[in-house]
Amino acid sequence: MSEKKAIHMKEKDNVAMVLEPVTAGDVVCVIRENKAVGRIVAKDDIAQYHKIALTVFKSGDIIYKYGEVIGKAVQSIETGEHVHVHNIQGVAINDAH
Amino acid sequence: MRIKAYKRTDGTFGIRNKVLILSTVGCANETAQRISEQIPDAVFIPNTKGCGQIGDSVNIMKRTLTGLVLNSNVYGALIVGLGCETIQPYILYEMISARTNKPVKVLTIQDEGGTVRAIQKGVTVAATMVREMFLQERVDADLSSIILATNCGGSDATSGLAANPSLGYCSDKLVTAGGTVILGETTELIGTEHILAGRAKNNEVKENIYKIIKGLEIDFSKMGIDTRGANPTPGNIKGGLSTLEEKALGGISKGGGTTINEVVRYGDRPREKGLVIMDTPGYDIESLTGMAAGGAQVCVFTTGRGNPIGNPIMPVLKITGNHETYVNMEDNIDIDASVVLRGTKSLFECGDNIFNALIHVCNGQKTKAEAFGFGEISVYRNVEVWCNKL
Repeated sequence: MSEKKAIHMKEKDNVAMVLEPVTAGDVVCVIRENKAVGRIVAKDDIAQYHKIALTVFKSGDIIYKYGEVIGKAVQSIETGEHVHVHNIQGVAINDAH
Repeated sequence: MRIKAYKRTDGTFGIRNKVLILSTVGCANETAQRISEQIPDAVFIPNTKGCGQIGDSVNIMKRTLTGLVLNSNVYGALIVGLGCETIQPYILYEMISARTNKPVKVLTIQDEGGTVRAIQKGVTVAATMVREMFLQERVDADLSSIILATNCGGSDATSGLAANPSLGYCSDKLVTAGGTVILGETTELIGTEHILAGRAKNNEVKENIYKIIKGLEIDFSKMGIDTRGANPTPGNIKGGLSTLEEKALGGISKGGGTTINEVVRYGDRPREKGLVIMDTPGYDIESLTGMAAGGAQVCVFTTGRGNPIGNPIMPVLKITGNHETYVNMEDNIDIDASVVLRGTKSLFECGDNIFNALIHVCNGQKTKAEAFGFGEISVYRNVEVWCNKL
């Protein structure tokens, strides 16, 4: 099994973007500023440039990317799971109404 | 940091030396173009409108044409009008002359007595101006004199991961060096207004950020368009973007992370240095035209799918984070930022490469769009009222 890579934009972020398609069970090396900052095992198949969870989220937990809030979990998410429209939603959208 | 640039009488510096043949109305375009064809070193600026305009469109056109002539890359300009158009050529000339003492001349086809006489006079005037322009040499200048326009077009999943954040590092570096960076494309700021407002220098800037972004959203909803509901688009979602904020954050990362010092109208020159927001539309050619009118001497343009456009007044440097796009459109794209996604360079190193390329362009190196002689231009017009009632 070859090691896959994911890019971590800012230290504060709790998701990373996989740089190639990932299959459940793959080891994903998380890189930030060209340095490996951790390794996690993917729990889902994840398409290229999609997000992988770097931590455990409870429903309502905030998702950080670019060091900023991009949304919140709408269900619990395990480390290594695919983070996308099925398990997170925007925060500003709700605030606007 | 120092560069070599052309010093203008108002103390600003241009990185290109240009004489404009500026048409005030579509009716004068062909005549103005004939003048510029006789003077290959002059730059023809066609007008997509200039007459039959109403309301704010008129003010936007006047201040944008004025701003294009005031741009420090411009040595001088010949204004070519018809005579009876909404954008009155002599009034435009007065507006420009009140703000600069660079060489500016005006003629109208109706006053000169037809196209042939207008061309005759125009060629004489423009040829003299170009001869004088060539006497000017580049001199030592500080990088703080640079106003950088940032823009993105044909974005894809790599834009927010590689090209935009790399450009962000370059933007931060220019701001640190005392320069100015313009972030625009108001449509793409929707969803990040609270984040941008949190980075505002003061309350006025904060209020203006909300004013342009919320105001645009209200205009959209009046037209029955739900921006938040429509974004991220199905294509964005397929590419991995889950929320509107995530999409917009990828876009605003172009401007870097410094304090937002001012919000300016389309085509207005920033008074502040550092990071500035200009209220520009999503159509890239109109957005770039507004930033050039705002005094930007150079533009860095990020793309995912690839884009060939240039600008007649400021060089446009292209960057993609998509390696396939770079290989596919290498004659249009200057820098391959996909090195970030292949793990061979960090965002910071890639940002450094963009910054170094920017310095070379400021010192005279041509961008790929310039090498083709590309100079797309179009002034944004916000009100179109006639027709379409059936």
